[in-house]
Amino acid sequence: MTHVLDPDALTAGTPPRREPPTPYADVTRSESAFRAFLHGLPGVDQVGASSRVTMLGTRSIKTTAKAWAIDTAISMVDLTTLEGADTPGKVRSLAAKARRPDPTDPGCPPVAAVCVYGDLAGIAKEALAGTGINVAAVATAFPSGRASLAVKLADVRDAVANGADEIDMVIDRGAFLSGRYLDVFDEIVAVKEACGDAHLKVILETGELVTLDAVRRASWLAMLAGGDFIKTSTGKISPAATLPVCLVMMEAVRDFRAATGRQVGVKPAGGIRTTKDAIKHLVLVNETAGPDWLTPDWFRIGASSLLNDLLLQRQKLRTGHYSGPDHVSVD
Amino acid sequence: MIGNERLAVRKTYKLYLGGAFPRSESGRTYEVTDSKGAFLANAARASRKDARDAVVAARAAFAGWSGATAYNRGQVLYRVAEVMEGRHAQFCEEVAAGEGLSTGKARAAVDAAIDRWVWYAGWTDKLAAVLGSANPVAGPYFDFSLPEPTGVVAVLAPQRSSLLGLVSVLAPVLASGNTAVVVTSKARPLPAVTLGEVLATSDVPGGVVNLLTGDAAELGSWLAEHDDVDAIDLTGAPPGRAMEFEREAAGSIKRVLRPPAEEPDWAGDPGLTRMRAFLETKTVWHPKGF
Repeated sequence: MTHVLDPDALTAGTPPRREPPTPYADVTRSESAFRAFLHGLPGVDQVGASSRVTMLGTRSIKTTAKAWAIDTAISMVDLTTLEGADTPGKVRSLAAKARRPDPTDPGCPPVAAVCVYGDLAGIAKEALAGTGINVAAVATAFPSGRASLAVKLADVRDAVANGADEIDMVIDRGAFLSGRYLDVFDEIVAVKEACGDAHLKVILETGELVTLDAVRRASWLAMLAGGDFIKTSTGKISPAATLPVCLVMMEAVRDFRAATGRQVGVKPAGGIRTTKDAIKHLVLVNETAGPDWLTPDWFRIGASSLLNDLLLQRQKLRTGHYSGPDHVSVD
Repeated sequence: MIGNERLAVRKTYKLYLGGAFPRSESGRTYEVTDSKGAFLANAARASRKDARDAVVAARAAFAGWSGATAYNRGQVLYRVAEVMEGRHAQFCEEVAAGEGLSTGKARAAVDAAIDRWVWYAGWTDKLAAVLGSANPVAGPYFDFSLPEPTGVVAVLAPQRSSLLGLVSVLAPVLASGNTAVVVTSKARPLPAVTLGEVLATSDVPGGVVNLLTGDAAELGSWLAEHDDVDAIDLTGAPPGRAMEFEREAAGSIKRVLRPPAEEPDWAGDPGLTRMRAFLETKTVWHPKGF
């Protein structure tokens, strides 16, 4: 249903743009049509969203349910180290921790992935060979995303060549906030192509998007462009993953699957430090998108210090008394 | 005609935890009465999760407090005594009401408590000289031993002596550089609450002292079993429970200070026992003669 009277639609000489899945195939036909679509998404009731997450946050998860939630959360962790001071040794020790988070208990599940910078993906891949734990690499001039498309694509190809199974890209927030939505869309499409078989997680950096309306638009944009996951933040900016933001993103993936049949995962990252926070997120996932998303294939938590808190709580449940930081490894 | 008598302001006190005054996580409070059973105030009744939070706060504060110079710790503790002096009248009133003492005896107890605090403040930079040593060894080494703080110390404060007893068990823990989680006297917690206000308005960093009003019978096990508590003082343990707490403490090889058979007269000479109980000895072999 192309609208011939739309003047932008007639621009000649550009290669055809990759189409989003039906029924949204035509929304990217022009800058103005895409803007009209994204701004036509229902507005988010900010007060309603925060009261809903507050209400869900009061759910009492205890005993066997808590034990299940802790193990599930551990299996969803993307164990992350994104410091300038990272070394191959640090990545190897993180990989060892990813395989056996609690060496005192063989029943403790491994984490979902290890998330590192692209140049260290090879080290992580080697250390995790044969474990089923994925290697995620951040790319596209992470965390600012301020580089030309050619540099970003080279960054992605390099990470994939190093063995990354998953690529965490950042969107161009400058372009998004100034309304150049198609530029952002095209960039994600190009990165997705460069990924090849690797899964693509699109980081929205919600701390810079300011409003929940913008979060909803960015989520839809990323899903239409072919992202396999939408991820809240780089972890370098505060606020990072908050519950209202996660609620809006869960609603987006739920609605997107209902409309197109394609399921997209969600990954909150940054700022989730305690078991309580993690469990609140799991409740939110279950109540918003449903149990289909309650697996490491469709929901991840990007974290570093969270894992230790989960392990301490796990030990508390197992032994009946409080554990201490001397009983988990320092990253 | 309406009388112009002022309505009493009924107080509900809170815990002192990590430098702040939160309510108990459980929301529980209990009534505190004077020695004759008349209502004094409501106090927060700490739960196991408050104890857990207190240990986290004490652990976080340990590096700073143990790392401060002994001289600095002495100054900070002396400042606490100064602020206590400013609250002298309030302490006297609370001790008299809680312990059923005459005004004169309560005043004497408060005086002794403040003097005790000053006494311990003076010990901070003398411990190493008194408890440390230069050791003659058979080799070309300069060999010396130094006392170092044990870590996070859980203190079950005396049940009867609500201020002098409390100061006598808390100050020695702090003087040597440990941080403390204190369960106060259950029936007489008000001087401890006021001491919390004193600590918050002096220079003691948040988390160095954490005061939990409540029942040592309920909290004792959680603290004794806690893997991140390095030592426990069982002075105020409920009758017959001390042995059980000691056994639980063995799970994480804590240092345990056993309770005396009877609560002692705290006015006596304290000696160094209580400070020595929460110190480790580090010995250094330094090669010499090159």
